[in-house]
Amino acid sequence: METIVALATARGRAGVAVVRVSGPEAFSVCESIAGRVPTERVATLARLQDADGALIDHGLVLVFGEGRSFTGEPVCEFQVHGSVAVVSALIRACLSVEGVRAANAGEFTRRAFLAGRMDLTEVEALADLIDAETEAQRRQALRVLDGSAGRMIAQWREDLLQASAMLEAALDFADEELPDDLTTHVLEPLFRVQAGFAEQLQGRRSAEIVRDGFEIAIVGPVNAGKSTLLNALAGREAAITSERAGTTRDVIEVRMEIAGHAVTLIDTAGLREATDEIEKLGIDRGIERAQAADLRVHLLAAPGETPVGVRGGDIVLLSKADIWGLPGVSGKTGEGIAALIRSIEGSLAQRVTGSEVFSRERHFDQIERAGNHLGHAISTLERGGPWELVGDDLRQTLRSLDGIVGRVDVEDVLGRIFSSFCIGK
Amino acid sequence: MKHFDVIVVGGGHAGVEAALAAERRGATTVLVTFRKADLGVMSCNPAIGGIGKGHLVREIDALGGMMGLAADHAGIQYRLLNRSRGPAVQGPRVQADRRRYAEFVQAYVREKVDLSVIEGEVVDLSVTGGAVDGVVLASGDLLRGKTVILTTGTFLRGEIHIGRERQSSGRRGDPAADRLGDRLREVASGIGRLKTGTPARLDGRTIAWDKIGRQDGDESPVMMSFMNVAPVARQISCGVTETNERTHEIIRDSLHLSAMRSGNITGIGPRYCPSVEDKVTRFAEKISHNVFLEPEGLESPTVYPNGISTSLPRDVQEAFIKSIRGLEQVEIQQFGYAIEYDFIDPRSLTPHLEFQPITGLFLAGQINGTTGYEEAGAQGLLAGANAAARAGRGDLLPLSRFDSYVGVMVDDLTSKGVTEPYRMFTSRAEYRLSLRADNADQRLTALAEQHGLVSSGRRIQFERKMKHLRDLRSQLDAQDFGVSDWAKVPLVRPKDGRRRSYLDVAALIQSEHGTVEALASVLPGVDRSVLSQVAIDAFYAPYVDRQAAEAKKISTEEGLEIPPEFDYSILPSLSAEVRAKLTSSRPTTIAAAARIEGVTPAAVVSLLAHLHTEKRARRAKQA
Ligand SMILES: Cc1cc2nc3c(=O)[nH]c(=O)nc-3n(C[C@H](O)[C@H](O)[C@H](O)COP(=O)(O)OP(=O)(O)OC[C@H]3O[C@@H](n4cnc5c(N)ncnc54)[C@H](O)[C@@H]3O)c2cc1C
Repeated sequence: METIVALATARGRAGVAVVRVSGPEAFSVCESIAGRVPTERVATLARLQDADGALIDHGLVLVFGEGRSFTGEPVCEFQVHGSVAVVSALIRACLSVEGVRAANAGEFTRRAFLAGRMDLTEVEALADLIDAETEAQRRQALRVLDGSAGRMIAQWREDLLQASAMLEAALDFADEELPDDLTTHVLEPLFRVQAGFAEQLQGRRSAEIVRDGFEIAIVGPVNAGKSTLLNALAGREAAITSERAGTTRDVIEVRMEIAGHAVTLIDTAGLREATDEIEKLGIDRGIERAQAADLRVHLLAAPGETPVGVRGGDIVLLSKADIWGLPGVSGKTGEGIAALIRSIEGSLAQRVTGSEVFSRERHFDQIERAGNHLGHAISTLERGGPWELVGDDLRQTLRSLDGIVGRVDVEDVLGRIFSSFCIGK
Repeated sequence: MKHFDVIVVGGGHAGVEAALAAERRGATTVLVTFRKADLGVMSCNPAIGGIGKGHLVREIDALGGMMGLAADHAGIQYRLLNRSRGPAVQGPRVQADRRRYAEFVQAYVREKVDLSVIEGEVVDLSVTGGAVDGVVLASGDLLRGKTVILTTGTFLRGEIHIGRERQSSGRRGDPAADRLGDRLREVASGIGRLKTGTPARLDGRTIAWDKIGRQDGDESPVMMSFMNVAPVARQISCGVTETNERTHEIIRDSLHLSAMRSGNITGIGPRYCPSVEDKVTRFAEKISHNVFLEPEGLESPTVYPNGISTSLPRDVQEAFIKSIRGLEQVEIQQFGYAIEYDFIDPRSLTPHLEFQPITGLFLAGQINGTTGYEEAGAQGLLAGANAAARAGRGDLLPLSRFDSYVGVMVDDLTSKGVTEPYRMFTSRAEYRLSLRADNADQRLTALAEQHGLVSSGRRIQFERKMKHLRDLRSQLDAQDFGVSDWAKVPLVRPKDGRRRSYLDVAALIQSEHGTVEALASVLPGVDRSVLSQVAIDAFYAPYVDRQAAEAKKISTEEGLEIPPEFDYSILPSLSAEVRAKLTSSRPTTIAAAARIEGVTPAAVVSLLAHLHTEKRARRAKQA
């Protein structure tokens, strides 16, 4: 039985996050992160650190022995501050222990039931939740892995399917007329996927998150009052504001704290047709940063305007509410600022304690595992090693990515083979 | 009236293996088929084995079956496909002399005391209280038996098409089984239609062999059966030629006349075995397709042109065939045709191939939506062994995806069903590195022996082989590969400086595609074939271990069995869609349920929870 890790805190409860590890390696996870295994069932304060010894947080550790836990297995629970940075660093530290992986939908429930810790009615009651989780996981993969995730994930799937089909065609239909340069046909798509993995994993930027916490971008058309709002939020003149359009040329950052979370507010250059090169550069950079931020506050310069680039969870508000006399926000009068901070808090709380952080780590973990198998497949191919071993590695690659690219079944591979080659001597 | 343990209907490849397996287990068995001469007939290509299919033949052989023995008796050309690749995907294949094959099968069956063959047509089943207890023949006679296995192949409401012509038939020259087919449509739901095709047969004496290419067999032939070491029949070569643009033009001009295209055929054909009509339309950019000219026997002039199966009208067949190099003057002995037939949705079967709605009724072979002799034979063996068990001759034979291709096939069929004729591919086996043709005996023979499926001769030979393997393995494992030895093998010595045993080096040689010859030269007196097997086993050992661990995990976490009568409507949390899917496919284990498309993790958790609760309740009651 593998050891699984998951975020156990219920959605919406900010402040504290609970990460639960269950399975044979639970105690080794505890030892590696908390430095020791405390007395069972006694909440103990510990310095939690990652494999390199870097501090993650000071938090409570609680362990349960086999047969005395929710799942019947050895369990270790960490209670830490519910910030994204802390939670993701902690989950990553758990995953780095040999034999530990992210829990699948319904896995804790299943283990708890089998251990007799849950009855049938309770399991039934959870069914909807588990299904919602499964669906959510794939959607979250799209959201979590940067903006162009949708296209990129589809491309991974396509490339892996293509490579598998070429490879399996060579193995199962040796007697048929197949192209000679199959190795290239297998390798090319695999290289693309490998590069894509590397790019994504870079985006995992652990240290940065710890330092910077959340990024919130304020976006909107030129002169929508973004800088004024930023100043109002930050309580000081951080961005130079003036009444002339296009004053904020580049990206301006202000660090502050909202509900105990480290937050970086970013003010971007206004969106408009730029006339000079430098300004255009500034606008482009602004768009990029805004897209990469964890949350965007879209300001509408006038009622009825449609904001651009809104993603799920973003906040959209009418700016200069004092002028229009309509509900919204005004950096100048302070109207609506408190409400805005509350919604930012809500959004942060959700991300911190919700499944987002977990998903994020889970997807990165899956990509990392998939990347290992893929690397193996590629090196075997390159040294002319046995293709049936490559086939096994590709199968593992696809399996690791199951929750991200969706299931790739042998029928998909066969379908691709039969449509690409005329099989049937 | 005589009361049989097992009645087998059909004398094709499934029927024969079924009858023989039942007989080996001591069941009194009868095989009913149209004509005694049906036994060992190859409806299509006179070849046995190949990639995936060769694995099945080896498994049939390891389970005490006959197909490998017959193939070796009839083998006139041996080729190990994928020889340049690893042993896990190598597939032994043999070109078989049609007549020698049938003769062998018929003689083999004749020798079995507890197995009788009756000529006749089965037109109905006798079913009492939901259980089968016999079959009715066209003559009106009733045969009584505890179990019945239907292996009627392409014969159920079979219909042959050539151009616009259509004719009721189970195979060229044979009647169809219409009455039984109609009867089954009344008792079984989920009957569908599939199609397949076959090319014309040519007179080899009219082929210009000197104008075309030649394909020879392997220099060192690899046998189909573990019991054999060398071919017994004379070895021949095949010819190879190809279609050309003129051929394609003739075909394209007459497409509207093809049976497949005229709308007469509704059944679905296999994508991996397209007719030549399909080839020229679907792959229009290819200007030529290979055609292999395979002699059907040593004494027979008939040649099977592999690659141009067709259902075009006779004159078009003649014209396009004659446009092919070497076939300009050819005489056609029999025209190609397509055949359409009924099959029964295999999701109505248990993993033991028993038809769930009727106790004691088993189905095997093409009737289950598969295609190919090997697929049929393998199912036949399983059904025969299990029918014998149902009749009181021992335990059911448990095969799964983890131990055999037979298990993979049966699991695929019973959990996923078919949308086109099902054929074995190695890519279907996720444990491909463990399930190899070379180790089929190591995987299955001991199990078969426990189930009374193995003759004493085979058992003794198997045990001897296993002892040799064990001995050599421990000898090689104990011996350090010395510094001077490295000079004698074509390997670069690994730089890590670690000491290596002979066994490690054997694995290394295998992974580098080397032959074991070099190693054998530093090991005087060692049997090459044993050494080679030890090397293959050693090479795959780490993967086999990993797959075994994975398999174990799956079977403990998900292997829980679902009773066949399980009522899904008692699970409130299942959506109507999931419930319908589970009810119609009736997975037998949690693992199989999880593999069904659309069955969500939550459904699996609820199902698991229910089964456990029931199990606990039962246990409590018993205590
Ligand atoms: C035209 C054609 C083309 C084919 N092409 C291919 C191919 O390209 N590749 C491939 O792999 N396979 C091909 N096959 C399939 C291959 O021949 C079969 O898959 C295999 O023979 C099936 O074995 P079986 O035992 O299930 O049935 P069969 O070999 O069909 O045997 C059925 C037996 O049952 C008997 N029978 C049927 N009904 C009754 C009854 N009511 N009473 C008594 N006896 C009965 C028949 O006489 C026959 O002996 C083809 C078959 C045909 C006919």
